[in-house]
Amino acid sequence: MTSLSQPAGTPAVPSPIGPEQDPGASASPGHDGHGSGHGHNAHGAHADHTMTGFVIFLASESLIFLALFVGYAVFKSSSPLWLPAGVEGLEVREPLINTVVLVSSSLVIWLAERALHRQRLGEFRAWWLLTMAMGTYFVVGQAIEWQHLPFGLASGVFGASFYLLTGFHGLHVVTGLALMALFLVRSLRPGLVLPEGKGVIAVSLFWHFVDVIWVVLFVLTYVWQRR
Amino acid sequence: MASSSSSSPSFDPRMIKEPQPLPGSPGSWRRYFSFNTDAKVIGIQYIAVALLFLLVGGLLAMIMRGELITPPADLVDPTVYNGLYTMHGTVMLFLFLFPVLNGFNNLLIPPMIGAPDMAFPRLNALAFWLFPVFGVILMASFLVPGGPSGSGWWAYPPLSTQNPLGHALNGQLLWILAVAVSGVSSIMGAVNFCTTIIRMRAPGMGLFKMPIFCWTALAAQLIQLMGLPVLTAGAVMLLFDLSFGTSFFKPEGGGDPMLYQHFFWFYSHPAVYVMVLPIFGVFSELFPVYARKPLFGYHVVAIASFAITGLSLIVWVHHMFYSGTPQWMRNVFMVTTMLIAVPTGIKVFAWIATLWRGSIRLSTPMLFCLAGLFNFIFAGITGVMLATVPVDIHVGNTYFVVGHFHYVIFNMITFGVFAAIYHWFPKFTGRMYYEGLGKLHFILTFIGSTLNFLPMHWAGLMGMPRRVASYDPEFASANVLASLGAFLLGVATIPFLLNIVSSWVRGPKAPPNPWNAIGLEWLLPSPPAAENFAEDVPTVISGPYGYGLGQPLVEDQERFERRAAGLKP
Ligand code: HEM
Ligand SMILES: [Cu+2]
Repeated sequence: MTSLSQPAGTPAVPSPIGPEQDPGASASPGHDGHGSGHGHNAHGAHADHTMTGFVIFLASESLIFLALFVGYAVFKSSSPLWLPAGVEGLEVREPLINTVVLVSSSLVIWLAERALHRQRLGEFRAWWLLTMAMGTYFVVGQAIEWQHLPFGLASGVFGASFYLLTGFHGLHVVTGLALMALFLVRSLRPGLVLPEGKGVIAVSLFWHFVDVIWVVLFVLTYVWQRR
Repeated sequence: MASSSSSSPSFDPRMIKEPQPLPGSPGSWRRYFSFNTDAKVIGIQYIAVALLFLLVGGLLAMIMRGELITPPADLVDPTVYNGLYTMHGTVMLFLFLFPVLNGFNNLLIPPMIGAPDMAFPRLNALAFWLFPVFGVILMASFLVPGGPSGSGWWAYPPLSTQNPLGHALNGQLLWILAVAVSGVSSIMGAVNFCTTIIRMRAPGMGLFKMPIFCWTALAAQLIQLMGLPVLTAGAVMLLFDLSFGTSFFKPEGGGDPMLYQHFFWFYSHPAVYVMVLPIFGVFSELFPVYARKPLFGYHVVAIASFAITGLSLIVWVHHMFYSGTPQWMRNVFMVTTMLIAVPTGIKVFAWIATLWRGSIRLSTPMLFCLAGLFNFIFAGITGVMLATVPVDIHVGNTYFVVGHFHYVIFNMITFGVFAAIYHWFPKFTGRMYYEGLGKLHFILTFIGSTLNFLPMHWAGLMGMPRRVASYDPEFASANVLASLGAFLLGVATIPFLLNIVSSWVRGPKAPPNPWNAIGLEWLLPSPPAAENFAEDVPTVISGPYGYGLGQPLVEDQERFERRAAGLKP
């Protein structure tokens, strides 16, 4: 395992950012440091590759949202039947609070990441938990909003697009929360030196991604109401 | 394994003392049926299952051709016929071509760049095992009430949002699910291939020392990453329309069926380049080997791959010229479509220049490549004809289009697939194939495919519509020829399968480099050990395709050659 190739003298603190200081791999961009034998493991992935792969994946994932956004904009600007009968538009106040909470959680997760970088594990867990709480607040708020809306999935293109967009985004928020829970549990394991610093950075990147998507979504659906 | 420390530090005796058990020998075949994370095992798994589905898709095609050998709909009724062509197209694209190409990516990319494996071996195995899953989902649609989807591989609404029997589980739903799972698997693959190529190249192998196959694989996987998400969005909306009563694509509920066509073709036009780019790679690898000359214009050929990637994303509306597309849009997309012929033409030129005055060796892989190139030039001409709006308005939706894309997809891409299988067969199985059977396979395939797909062009020009089970007797002669060709193609698979199976089991043992080819994969034993070069990766010092230039590819080339041959260094 990777932990075996940790250079001697790495602090014994159970810091999840072990091989991040891995030399060589980043020193020669484009060349994997085979031969030197560090950090690479035939059956697991090299920690640095994980980040590359994850960024590629996120870039691709963002295009699903882009396609859905384009679809929404096309419907909104051209559909002959938009709002279902009796529906005036969307209530903005609660969703705006939700938005503020979700967007500020990006700052909080950054604080968590920084704490981990400084090897302050307790502080890391506190910020991490706060991020999770804020994310949960968002999801619950969204669920409550859904329950009180006067239109359903099958009420025309408007209802369908609204639920598809917010639902697909909500699925990402829930995924993010599950990943955070996973890393929280892992950070409690005693004496571990695993490349999870990369994992934390990846989750945090994912969280920022989910936030950015939400801002666009919010502008498209809640701010741009008039036709 | 520990013995490596006792000998010279750079020489790894594992290669000699513990050769891989020959695939097929007892105790080793089981790994092909397990969750194995070795890219070479996964590659062979992909290719084997894909070839199985080639037979399935071919069988469906032969039933269709059996129907079409006479003008009336007598063998199967038109509804069944709709299901047949839908499944045929879907099987061939999603269950044969994409997987077989992913198989090549798995086999070839790590050895070609000197990496021990893919960047994410477990993700790789997972992506492969999704393939049988969506294969079974799609095949299951033959068993559900109402039979398989009959809306074509494009699944245009409104046809694809109908569920006349009202069953929750219907052929169209299974089609959407299969395509969605296939998309997930392809994205996993794409992330893996791109990361591997970007981060795991051997020392000294800058981008411009990479074999063209890796360039084209990267360009093709980039298309997957950009296009598939859009198809996914469209497929999710279609699923909701079909099963949950939404009306994204239903005009009566305020939706827009054209939006689906845009989503679909935004991916599915580039998808044809996902399939053709790796074959451009195969051509660029094989022509230099069998003509003994360096690839003409290596840099230009490499960069043209990315020009194609870029352009392929802005031509999709040429599939919608007769779908009520506004005239300005038709004009724009006519121009972009014609532009894509430029980088493609540059590649064709480079291959011909490579062949020019080469000492050409007409072995089976080369025959398939040459015929594939010839067919591709023909298909490119009919492609540019179709890109011309006034022509397309006339021949769109006729057999001319069917002829065009079969010339690319079968007569060029599948020829390239066969060429690649023969060329790299000795490397990855450790056995030589039988040249006589290979040539027989080639001749039958060439005659069969020409008979099958060439007459379609004139049937189309005369006005025979596509997707029909019965037709006017004036088109009979072209259809008889096409059907005979199709049956001949069925016969042609016999020498192929016979060759592959018998030579894998008892063919002559293959040397490390039977074709005298240049490339990192040929510096490995046949078959390569599990981790290719493992820790002892050669340092690349010159570009690929140095045929006749007499320069070594890597530092210490002789040591690697001796080691591959199992000799003492
Ligand atoms: C110079 C290159 C090419 C040009 C200009 C071109 C042009 C076209 C055009 C304009 C059509 C639409 C015809 C219609 O539906 O009326 C078409 C259809 C098609 N082309 Fe090409 N093409 C080219 C190369 C290729 C390649 C390389 C592939 C496959 C790898 C391919 C596969 C297809 C397929 C599958 C269709 C039919 C799709 C369907 O309706 O089911 N083409 N092509
Ligand atoms: Cu196209």
